[in-house]
Amino acid sequence: MAQQRDPAVSAPVSTSSLIEGLDADVQVSRGAFALSAHVRVPGGEVLAVLGPNGAGKTTLLRTLAGLIPLRQGRISIAGTVWDDPATDVFKDATERRIGLVFQDYRLFPHLSVLDNVAFAPRARGVKRAAARAHALETLQTLGLDALAARRPAQLSGGQAQRVALARALASGPAMMLLDEPLAALDARTRLEIRSELRRRLTSFSGPSIVVTHDPLEALVLADRILVLEEGRIVQTGTPAEVARRPVTEYVARLMGLNLYAGRLIDPAHGRIRLDSGGELIAASIPEGLPADAKVLAVLAPTAISLHLGELPEGSPRNVWAGTVSGVELLTDRVRVAVKGAPDALVDVTAAAVAELRLTPGLEVQLSAKAGEVTAYPAP
Amino acid sequence: MSARRDTEPDTRVPWPLAVPAVLAVLFLLLPLSGLLLRTPWTELPQLLAEPAALQALRLSLITATAATALSLFLGVPLAWVLARSRRPGISLLRAFVTLPLVLPPVVGGVALLMAFGRRGIFGQYIYEYTGFSLPFTVWAVIIAETFVAMPFLVVTVEGALRSADRGLEEAAATLGSGPFATFRRVTLPLIWPSLIAGSVLTWARALGEFGATATFAGSFPGTTQTMPIYIYETMQSEPDAAIALSLVLLVVSVTVLALLRDRWLNSGTRL
Amino acid sequence: MRKIALIAASALALAACGGGSADDPEAGSGDSLSGEITVFAAASLTESFGNLGKAFEAENPGTTVTLSFGPSSGLAEQINSGAPADVFASASTKNMDQVVESGSAADPVTFANNTMEIAVPADNPAKITSLEDLAKKDVKVVLCAEDVPCGVSAREVFKNAGIDVTPVSNEVDVKSTLSKITLGEADAGLVYVTDVKSAGEEVSGVEIPADVNASTAYPIATLEESKNADLAKAFVDYVLSDAGAAELETAGFAKP
Repeated sequence: MAQQRDPAVSAPVSTSSLIEGLDADVQVSRGAFALSAHVRVPGGEVLAVLGPNGAGKTTLLRTLAGLIPLRQGRISIAGTVWDDPATDVFKDATERRIGLVFQDYRLFPHLSVLDNVAFAPRARGVKRAAARAHALETLQTLGLDALAARRPAQLSGGQAQRVALARALASGPAMMLLDEPLAALDARTRLEIRSELRRRLTSFSGPSIVVTHDPLEALVLADRILVLEEGRIVQTGTPAEVARRPVTEYVARLMGLNLYAGRLIDPAHGRIRLDSGGELIAASIPEGLPADAKVLAVLAPTAISLHLGELPEGSPRNVWAGTVSGVELLTDRVRVAVKGAPDALVDVTAAAVAELRLTPGLEVQLSAKAGEVTAYPAP
Repeated sequence: MSARRDTEPDTRVPWPLAVPAVLAVLFLLLPLSGLLLRTPWTELPQLLAEPAALQALRLSLITATAATALSLFLGVPLAWVLARSRRPGISLLRAFVTLPLVLPPVVGGVALLMAFGRRGIFGQYIYEYTGFSLPFTVWAVIIAETFVAMPFLVVTVEGALRSADRGLEEAAATLGSGPFATFRRVTLPLIWPSLIAGSVLTWARALGEFGATATFAGSFPGTTQTMPIYIYETMQSEPDAAIALSLVLLVVSVTVLALLRDRWLNSGTRL
Repeated sequence: MRKIALIAASALALAACGGGSADDPEAGSGDSLSGEITVFAAASLTESFGNLGKAFEAENPGTTVTLSFGPSSGLAEQINSGAPADVFASASTKNMDQVVESGSAADPVTFANNTMEIAVPADNPAKITSLEDLAKKDVKVVLCAEDVPCGVSAREVFKNAGIDVTPVSNEVDVKSTLSKITLGEADAGLVYVTDVKSAGEEVSGVEIPADVNASTAYPIATLEESKNADLAKAFVDYVLSDAGAAELETAGFAKP
């Protein structure tokens, strides 16, 4: 079923030309902020652009959509140039065939759901009846035909999101752009829409870009994740790579990992001297890393244990002392912030908190097995 | 306690607002009630049957409607430019456009004569090549009324365009809609209530226009003598009749406004 | 009352004939008059009454004459509605009668007459030389509306001359009529002699033969509500004096 070609998606676009996908070298500046990013997305791939607020995610998206012209660089899709300041080529949003799903959906309040979805075909000169038929077909494909006669004001958040997606798909886009597509939804609806959105995007033959600040959304929706910070790409990779080997503090925190930067002082034994003080020993080190190489090491909060006084026998190779600086209750466990060399976030059970009487200021011993420390070269 | 909570807190009007508000109502209504009290009701049917009065009223309705149509045709695009263009000098242009709002209408009429009159800056060429001159024609009435009333439309629609959701226009652009199609299919429907409100204001202003019309178009029964001019002239000889005729104008415009309000403006529209 | 006014006027006239300077005539008025009066005067009197007011103030130090000009009909309406005025000078007997009927004034005196004249743009594009030219088809004629004094007089002229003129516009007042001519929109119009004079170089006049011409009388009266009846009366007398007549004549008015 999921493999079946969506007629609404593919009909007006020539499929063969999409295989090359998007190749965008984006350089823009707005005031003091500058964005410089080279983004490549092959046809059929879903790229998540992850980054904190103000990282330039929306600017990137608007540049790709033709709402902001490039200052330098080049945007081309399937061999067609959309923006190239050097040769003075600029196709505006109207000409680009972008399926843009806005964070706030931006459905036309004065048009029915059917006419919202029929808007793009109408704009491209299709007669009213034919445009509506096409729109209805798209709505049927997405299981939304029951909503066809409603006005946007009569839709729930989830329904509005689906209609916005339908409207974008019905325009026969060369590329899909989604700006925080699930941010306006409540938690339960978000869960439901997320998997559906994943299916829709996977079956779309062109490149898709999802802008988000939610790591889970990026992990679930995307084939690849691009991390943007302060206008620059800091990391790209598959969700698994980014989740396991974050290269910045921001991503590590999103993924819920302790990230340490340091230098490999003893490749044979996996000893790493951390920049923030202290040492960690990793069980395995990537092959061929010389001594004094810059490395990153991550340690999951669940992999660290807390002790009062003496350590148990057969103790792990990484042991250090610290002071509890904060205790935060998560849904199924308690996260303890510990100051030391190095600092660490430690996840313990609620029972452990009671048993150890963890309160800020308490001095504790931390331990972690060398096998839990993942070390990799710093970028 | 519970009884008090039934009324929403914001319905209570603080007295520093309530007192001037009541005064404002009195201030507006007292002259009108004066008009009502002094109307010679018994003569009213006879006055209304007067062909000259009917002719003037008919001309007023036609020209005010035509002036509103002309204002829409020219004023809405102007409002769009004022609201959307970021070229330098736009604020200066805006000031010029609203000039007729502060200009005494008679001065406006003289200005129109100087531009479009038989010896006007443009009018002289029109007269030279076609033998046509605008003053003393019904077109002059429509132009004078448009000149005075169009700023109301421009100001209202410009305000609506400024506060309209630009995001929706952006969305339309990404869906392949060109700027003009977007204006027609998205922007215009969005500002529809303000467009109606602006048109109503324009129409009402045009209907009551006196100074510019009298100066630019003159006054001749059937072609240029509109209701306000007819009333003014009647005032010279029969003040009572003029009062009665004013009342007719009042009733006509209130009726039209009320009808439009019910039809178009009932959902919290700013007029 | 009226007698006193006339006596005073003749006294003034005598003094004027005697060639005396402005400060010696009419002993008694100079030292007893003081205060302010408001004079409501027809718009066509703007210039001449402006000069008369100043001259009167100069002759009677300590007095102030405030002038308010407007259409006679409007002024009459204001006076009957209780406007605080001391003297009313009307451009038509009809409007004066309205004021007298309502009891706001008594015993008006005609102080000037105004006759009609054809006004044409300075270059006279339609080459108007006589009243008959106005009846030509392609001549654009503007008149005052039938309810306005100058409109009444204009129609009277056509009736007297036995010609039929269809105007392109019945203007709301004489100023409006005149502006159509000064701006060259109309080829000719019928206005008062005084209006042609006041319009200056932009307009020239074509005389109407005396036998068919119409005139309108300008009556003046003190008002009952006046708070300074003496000064009001003195001003009316001054208007009726030879000095007053001379000033009015300069503006183009005829003697009553």
